[in-house]
Amino acid sequence: MSITESFRHRTTPQLQLGNRFRSLPRSAKWSLSALLIAAFYLTPYWPQVPVLGWIVNTPGTSFENVLTDQIMMFILVALGLNVVVGFAGLLDLGYVGFYAVGAYTTAVVTSGQFTLPWIAALPLSVIMAMFAGVILGTPTLRLRGDYLAIVTLGFGEIIRITANNSDWLGGPRGISKVPHPPSIGPLKFGVLNAKPYWYLGFTVILIVIFVLTRLEKSRVGRAWAAVREDEDAAELMGVDTFKFKLWAFAIGAAIGGLAGSLYASKVGFINPDNFQLQLSILFLAAVVLGGTGSMYGVIMGGFLVAWIPERFRGFSTRRYFVFGVVLVLVMVFRPQGIIPRRGAAAGIAQKGESDV
Amino acid sequence: MSEVLLSVDQVTVQFGGVTALDNVSLHINKGEIFGLIGPNGAGKTTCFNVITGVYAPTSGTVTFDDKSLLGLKRFQITKRGIARTFQNIRLFPDMSAVENVMVGVDAHSKTSVVGAILGIPRSRREETESRERAQELLKFIGIEEYAEVAARNLPYGHQRRLEIARALGTNPQLLCLDEPAAGFNPAEKQELNELILKIRDQGYTVLLIEHDMNVVMKISDRIAVLDFGRKIAEGLPQEIRDNPDVIAAYLGVPDDAA
Amino acid sequence: MIYRTFWDLTVSGVVLGLIYALVALGYTMVYGVLRLINFAHSEIFMVGTFGVLISLTKVFGISLFDDGQYPYRSGFMLVAILVASTIAAMVVSGAGAVVLERTAYRPLRGAGDAYGAVVLAFLTGLVASFLFSDHMMTNLAISAVITGPVSVLYVRIFRRGRQAPRLAFLISAIGSSMAMAEAVATWGPDQRSVYKTPRVLEKKVLFNFLGADVRIDYVIVAIGAILMMTSLLLFVNRTRLGRGIRAVAQDAETARILGVNVNSVILVTFLLGGAMAGGAAMMFTLVYDQTRFNIGFLLGVKSFTAAVLGGIGNIKGALLGGIVLGLAENYGSSIFGGQWKDVIAFVVLLTVLMFRPTGILGESLGKARV
Repeated sequence: MSITESFRHRTTPQLQLGNRFRSLPRSAKWSLSALLIAAFYLTPYWPQVPVLGWIVNTPGTSFENVLTDQIMMFILVALGLNVVVGFAGLLDLGYVGFYAVGAYTTAVVTSGQFTLPWIAALPLSVIMAMFAGVILGTPTLRLRGDYLAIVTLGFGEIIRITANNSDWLGGPRGISKVPHPPSIGPLKFGVLNAKPYWYLGFTVILIVIFVLTRLEKSRVGRAWAAVREDEDAAELMGVDTFKFKLWAFAIGAAIGGLAGSLYASKVGFINPDNFQLQLSILFLAAVVLGGTGSMYGVIMGGFLVAWIPERFRGFSTRRYFVFGVVLVLVMVFRPQGIIPRRGAAAGIAQKGESDV
Repeated sequence: MSEVLLSVDQVTVQFGGVTALDNVSLHINKGEIFGLIGPNGAGKTTCFNVITGVYAPTSGTVTFDDKSLLGLKRFQITKRGIARTFQNIRLFPDMSAVENVMVGVDAHSKTSVVGAILGIPRSRREETESRERAQELLKFIGIEEYAEVAARNLPYGHQRRLEIARALGTNPQLLCLDEPAAGFNPAEKQELNELILKIRDQGYTVLLIEHDMNVVMKISDRIAVLDFGRKIAEGLPQEIRDNPDVIAAYLGVPDDAA
Repeated sequence: MIYRTFWDLTVSGVVLGLIYALVALGYTMVYGVLRLINFAHSEIFMVGTFGVLISLTKVFGISLFDDGQYPYRSGFMLVAILVASTIAAMVVSGAGAVVLERTAYRPLRGAGDAYGAVVLAFLTGLVASFLFSDHMMTNLAISAVITGPVSVLYVRIFRRGRQAPRLAFLISAIGSSMAMAEAVATWGPDQRSVYKTPRVLEKKVLFNFLGADVRIDYVIVAIGAILMMTSLLLFVNRTRLGRGIRAVAQDAETARILGVNVNSVILVTFLLGGAMAGGAAMMFTLVYDQTRFNIGFLLGVKSFTAAVLGGIGNIKGALLGGIVLGLAENYGSSIFGGQWKDVIAFVVLLTVLMFRPTGILGESLGKARV
């Protein structure tokens, strides 16, 4: 038995599932992936499937709308925040700021006097958000972990309050009449049918997953992991920690801006109340609940955080109480998240993470 | 004729009111194994940290390969060619052994973040080369079977070796080992001696802090002794062993001596 | 916009700052000892204000208005009411903090015990009961039944005693915060609206300081805050338990080896922080005559900012940070306009951290982690 095999008892069901997938022959892997992707493209139709439909469907509101107004955005945001918090290990409590920058950029640029076509607004929003990430990161990434948290929290608030106080950003009323994306082939992005938004959004999610997977497996991902696990040792091993942390911020911000842009185009109107601090907290909860550092984990986390309050609307005003209690229970009994990243599977704290 | 690789010139390090290093000067020649010893609190670790860039000296300079190290960031110093291990092992616990070493090898990677995102040919090539080099180093220090095992799960001795492999990954000219024999039994210390000699024979220069005299005396080419932040002796192992100041520093002077 | 003089702003800024400071103490001490940002501390403050409300309206039976007038009291009665309400607030907040620690944090340290298990089991039962009924009585009945067996299960799981990663603590704190605020919002008599508290103190102007009116409630807040903080400092510096707190803040492992009961120390830390927040709650209601299910949130964020500003883990730092923040907010809104008030806090923080990364007075209760 090889040495590696002798450590196999330290795997978990998820890891074994992952390993079994990896050991499939190439053609099987491709077919299975294609099948899964097709199934997920058809998510808007899930409520119509017998058993799955009952589990997934949101009573009281259209599942399609929940999917495209919230779930889609939360998944993207969770992926982006995961780069910052999960890959690089930086605590960001103000991620809503990047989301807002993306949304407002799209809103301002497509509905004001000088209008740009949506196809230009989207990348512009991403760039602006990335820019915001660099501006925030440059002075603050030298601060120690928890200080970074409070400063990023402040950043998110500063963005919101600035939007609230600035007339050219619509002030407290915000910006309405944000145009929807133009038709792409047979897909019309109107008000009635939410499905095209999902096709667009899911495609974006797939691209983001592809890019992030590539990053994670490269020297960049390794550098991030090194910074996360022991920043000082990483620096002494030749890792330019500041550069990589800033890149994590920038990429995370870019994805947040992307999500914000899609959000603005979908709902058509935005105002500062959409970007409160509580949202940053929900974003973080999505990442940790799903499994910090694990891409598929945070996708699941994003989905759950957006979906649970809608699914259990039956609980009416007690929804958020229940949500709070659920967060505590999950953290007490499964702190590593639903789908933990490799290495964190046993739920053991990292060096520097435990104190008492 | 030996060439000076590292030169520490009149370095003083003060923390608040405490003087950890007091006007210390020493030099390390290319290709030698240099031992740094002294009783506890003598300033060895501080000296080590100054050389590897963890602390900036209050005054004095450190010159490496004829260039000053002042003002350089830590990772830049590593890129220049100085690598180290740690007294309390600081591996990346959840990364596998080979990944730990790859982080070191990545120090000289030319792939940019954008390049990694786009997956350009160089990125892919460097990735393969990095992994190969890491495997080579694991083999060199003798733990290649544990390549995929998480660092936290390795036995103690293997962890210490992994740290050395990781440091070697950065392709240093000067390898600094901070108490590499801590926690080893005599047999393991013997293996360590052989490993360090093997490393020297590969062309690396080695700076060694160590408490265990068996290790230091046996393999060092030259030794410097610190006490209370000052250098009290420097020379061949023989000379150091017989030096009365060194003996006094370690054992103390009997009360009735003058 | 009412023009206010510099000293006017200063006086009210200091008073506001003292309230921030008292709440900041809870954040700073818990952080010093556990390296945890106790996100739920803001709700500990909030329940304290409701403690005052209940004390005033239910225990003393005072109504909001007596024939259209404020229900002023005076003399001995007034003092008794104020003292009793302060104690009520401190007890409620302190108890809340203790329950919070046992339920949401201790299990994550691998030290979960029966008390925490029971509370968690009850909450599990409560949430599960919502699936079946809307009726409060039924919910409580179902929870009561479920609590027993489930808590036994939880205790067994707790025995495994594993330490959770730091982020998990943060999310648990966030969940607790949400649960507490929403509990008040859902089951409080007035739910999410403002709850006015009876004004028993006639806010007479006591004296005039360089053009600023100094009201009696300001003076009470100032005296109360200083008394509380002095007691806390004395406790931390002079008593055995206080020494234990400082020891655990600097090196928990060694403290444990030396025989310090770390779990007790942590409990006391939470208790003290909660008591301070309770005091702040009393002062808040005294000055503002109202409370709400979510007043904790913004005040909490600002107080935590104040704690960081002064030097996290540093008790005197919390005082300084609070006052600096209170003053900065007042001066800032006067210069830039009230709508920028909340931004000012963060700008001040960012500026200070740029030049003094460990806060104005530096970290003290515990050492900085490199």
